[in-house]
This record gives sequence, structure tokens and C-alpha cells, in this order.
Amino acid sequence: MSEVALNDTNVTAGAGVTRASALNRLRTTDVAFRTLTRIAVFTVLALLSGVILALIIGSVPAFKAFGFGFVTTEVWNPVTEKFGALAPVYGTLVTSFIALVIAVPVGLMIAFFLTELCPMWLRRPIGISIELLAGIPSIIYGIWGLFIFAPFVQKYIQPFLIDTFDGVPGLQDVFAGPPYGIGMLTAGFILAIMVLPFITSISRDVFDAVPAVLKEATYGLGCTTWEVFKHVILPYTRVGVIGGVMLGLGRALGETMAVTFVIGNAHTVSASILAPGTTISASIANEFTEAVGDLYTSSLIALGLILFVITFIVLAIARYMLLRLQQKGR
Amino acid sequence: MATARVNALYVRRRARNTIAKSLAYAAAAFGLGWLVLILAVLLFHGVGGLSLSVFTQNTPPPGSEGGLLNAIVGSLAMTLLAIAIGTPIGILAGTYLAEYGRHDKLSSIVRFINDILLSAPSIVVGLFIYEVMVAPMGHFSGYAGAVALAIIVIPVVVRTTEDMLRLVPDTLREAAASIGLPRAHMIVRIAYRAARAGIVTGILLAVARISGETAPLLFTALNNQFWSLNMNAPMPSLPVVIFQFALSPYEEWQKLAWTGALLITVTVLALSILARSLTARRT
Repeated sequence: MSEVALNDTNVTAGAGVTRASALNRLRTTDVAFRTLTRIAVFTVLALLSGVILALIIGSVPAFKAFGFGFVTTEVWNPVTEKFGALAPVYGTLVTSFIALVIAVPVGLMIAFFLTELCPMWLRRPIGISIELLAGIPSIIYGIWGLFIFAPFVQKYIQPFLIDTFDGVPGLQDVFAGPPYGIGMLTAGFILAIMVLPFITSISRDVFDAVPAVLKEATYGLGCTTWEVFKHVILPYTRVGVIGGVMLGLGRALGETMAVTFVIGNAHTVSASILAPGTTISASIANEFTEAVGDLYTSSLIALGLILFVITFIVLAIARYMLLRLQQKGR
Repeated sequence: MATARVNALYVRRRARNTIAKSLAYAAAAFGLGWLVLILAVLLFHGVGGLSLSVFTQNTPPPGSEGGLLNAIVGSLAMTLLAIAIGTPIGILAGTYLAEYGRHDKLSSIVRFINDILLSAPSIVVGLFIYEVMVAPMGHFSGYAGAVALAIIVIPVVVRTTEDMLRLVPDTLREAAASIGLPRAHMIVRIAYRAARAGIVTGILLAVARISGETAPLLFTALNNQFWSLNMNAPMPSLPVVIFQFALSPYEEWQKLAWTGALLITVTVLALSILARSLTARRT
């Protein structure tokens, strides 16, 4: 528009009219653009409310039929049309828990390596490589897990676990059963690899934000690198690290394709993590297109609603934690 | 005696430090190892099936040879449409957050909601579109698939657009205002130009994200065994075909699934590296 402004100043006679119309045009486009951006913002708002609303409406028949017992019932029988969410909810929580048990220590150690130990010139390439893990589509993890990882787990890891913990009270039930290869442990492990990059990159960012003076002061006292990490860096960045972990948890809870391949899709609650199970997202992915009858469909949508509520809470906590850290940094 | 104890403590601390450091090195090797392992397996299984027929023939019936042409075309069509729908909305919303309502209440709510959408389970998006598009229309369609993907595109683009516009120095904005440029024109002519590389990065990242998405397509676009450009009908896509073929007992199908997996991974990794190099050069 600068050309318009320049042209206008060069015209002297009769400039008033053209100037006024040009100004009018500018004002209209200005207001129009502003309105457009506002509409876009409200679209984003409408999307989330739309998702929540659609899920609630869709799950009404299921909750009407089963009440809140839906969440605590294990039965999942399409033939008799009895549905309960306990097995998928249990599977979702267990696989995500396994994923975190593995990914949190490893992710933190990688972040420790990247911020404190790694030579400067290697930091960027290694950091990017780890982040590329997050970019690999989940279906790739699925096909890889099914054909490569599950047979490996079946042949080596599961027999080893079963033998090792056989006879140990408590633990023998957790690691019980025939080695299927697929199951909750395998799914949890693949989830761990998938959430690793999230935990690593957020931890690295918050570790990098620790003031160098603090670290130097601790080194000055004669502390080792590990002690600096454990006693200074970790406590200082605790909130951010928890935020990162929650973000990873949010991912693990909702992850669909990778889990669907290796979970086994069995609607049972079993104490053994080697047993096949199912998760909310895997049930939906496996059964939705084949679901006949409104109640079946509605039960699957109700599962979706439960998943959405759980991830919403987890992600909200994550955002709150990370936000608190940002404000502290200011 | 005292020195002995001090020495023992010292040795213990040193040992602990060494162990922790080795664990950190091991963890890094573990992380990198998975990347290498996954890529190696993909190359090993995928390259063998890579031939011209993959790009020239449609998906075969069980037990015979074929290609992935219809799936590739379906993926491209839905991705393009999703980007065409999602990008303008995403950029405009990001613009509001960064330019008009930087500090207002609405923006902080939208920022929070956008972050939730960014990491919300993609299968839930599929359910949503099933209810609002597939069920009323009475049939699965490529349009429904594209809209589901667009919902995943929007939060990615909103986020990067806002971040990138915020990097544009305010002095540029003030300079534009001082010569009488209306705000909208300042944004389009100055701010967008300054942030162009970053905004393009966001779009590329969004493309990378949706080209591997399977869950939202399962019950929106469904799948289609045949060549189809009709977006008002069920449409095949690469990820869904991989899902179906990999879980099938037929060897030819499994082989095609690996080849498709290799194609997707190479595309996605190339896009993310391209996106990174675009912003890296700038900063």
C-alpha cells in the first residue's frame, strides 16, 4: 500500500476524492482482515468444543444403557451387546506406565548427556537425530514392532522374564504366562521409544536454561558432574521436567497405530504384563468400522470420550507446569 | 584414619560419577540405536520391493503382485486438500494470537486449547469427523479424510505462525505504522515477509505430520482397492493400506506394506530435515 500513499502525495489537484476513496479502501481491507483472523481464532475454539460435544452426544446411548458401571465393567461382548470399558482403560494406563518407566530415566540421561557431556559440535546432530524419532509415523513403529520386535521379545525377553521371576511372590504374577511376543509389555516398550524424544527435547531445553553461574559455583565446591546434575540441575528444573514427562504421557495415552499392531486386542484385564490386552485407541481402531448396532458404536465413542478426558487432564497439567516454569524464568 | 575415610568417600563419589556418565553415554547410544535400527530394517525390507510397478500399478487383490499407485495418489489428494483447508485458518489464527490479541484473555485461552489440540489423540479426531461428516452423509469419503487431517494441520500451523511472527522485531511494525500503513497491510506486507521461512517451516512440519497419520483416516476415508479420484467416495491412502496389508497373511501384501512404510518414512524424514534447514539458516 505504500505505493498508494506515494502516488497520492504527488497528485495535488482533485486529490481529496481519490485520497478519501483510497483511505476507505484501506480501512475496509484492514477491518476485513482483522475480522478474518478473529473468525479463525473462533474456529480453533469451535473445533475443541465440537470434538467434546460430538463425543458426549455420541456416547449418550452407551452411558444410558450401562450407567457409570460402564467404566468399571470388564465384559466386552458384541454378540450380547454388553460393553464395559475397564479392560481398555486398564490397558491404556498400564502400557503408558510401562512406557514412562522406561522412557523417563533414559530420556533424562540423554538430556544429561546432551547438555553436560557431549562435545559441542556433536550436540546439534545428536539432538536432531533423537528428535527425528518423534517424526517417524506411528504406523512405522507398528509394522516394525509386529514383524521385528515382537518375535524378538517372544524368543528372548519374555522367556527370560518368566524364568527369572518364577516363584518370586507377587512378581511371578506380573511376569506370568506363555510368551506370546505381542502384549502389554511389548506395546509399552514401543511407546517408550515413541515418547523418548518428547521427554528428551523438553528436558534438554530446560537443562540448558539453568544459569551457568549456579553450575560453576557447584563445580567450584568440588562436586562431580553427576552431583551437579543431581543436586543442582534436576531440582532447579523439576517443574519443567515434570511438564515434559506429562506431555510424553499424553502422547503415550492416545497413541493408536503402534499399539494396535502389538497389543493383541484382547478385552481382558490380566495381572501379567506379558499377556495380550487392549487399549482405548486400539479398540476403537480395530473395531469401529466393523461395529454393527448403535450401542456398539456408541460404546466405542464413549471409550473415545474417556480417552479424551484423561489426555485433556494430563496435557492441561503439562501445560500448567511448563507455563509456571516460563513465568519463573522471566 | 580420617584421611582413609575421606579417601574412601572420594573414591566412592568418583565411581558414582563414572557410572552415571557411562549410563548417560549408554542412554544416548540407546536412543540413536533405535533410529538406526528402525531405518536399517525399513531399508532392508522395503528396498527389495521397490520397483517401477509400485508407482504404476494399483493395490492388488490378495495373492498377486501389484503396486501402490492408488494409495499414493489418494494420500496426495487428501494431504493437499487438508493443507489447503488447514493452512489459511492456521495462519490467520496464529496472526491474531501474535498481532492483534497478544495479551488478551481470548488469546491465552486459544493458546491453551491449541496446545491441547496439538497433542490430542488423533483417533478422537477421526471419531469426531465420523460423527459430523460420515454419519450425516451416509458414506465414507475422501473429503471426510481430508477434513480430519486438516484438524491436525491447524494447531501445528497456528503454533509455528505465532512463534515466528513474535520473532519479528517490533521496530519493523512501528516503522510501518509511522508511515501510515494500516495494521492489516503491515502484517501482510512486512510481518509475513519477515517470518516467511518460519511459516513455511510450519506448513512443512504439518505435511510431515499428516502424511503418516493413519488413525483419523480409518473411519473417515476408509480405504479403496481401486483407482479413484472421486473424493466423495471412500479413498485409499498409503498409511491405511500399510495397516491393512501388514496385518494380512499374504506375503505379497506384507511386502508392499514394507515398501509403503519405506516411502512414507523417507518422505517424512526428508520433510522434517528440510523444515529444520529452512529455519536453521535464518537464525
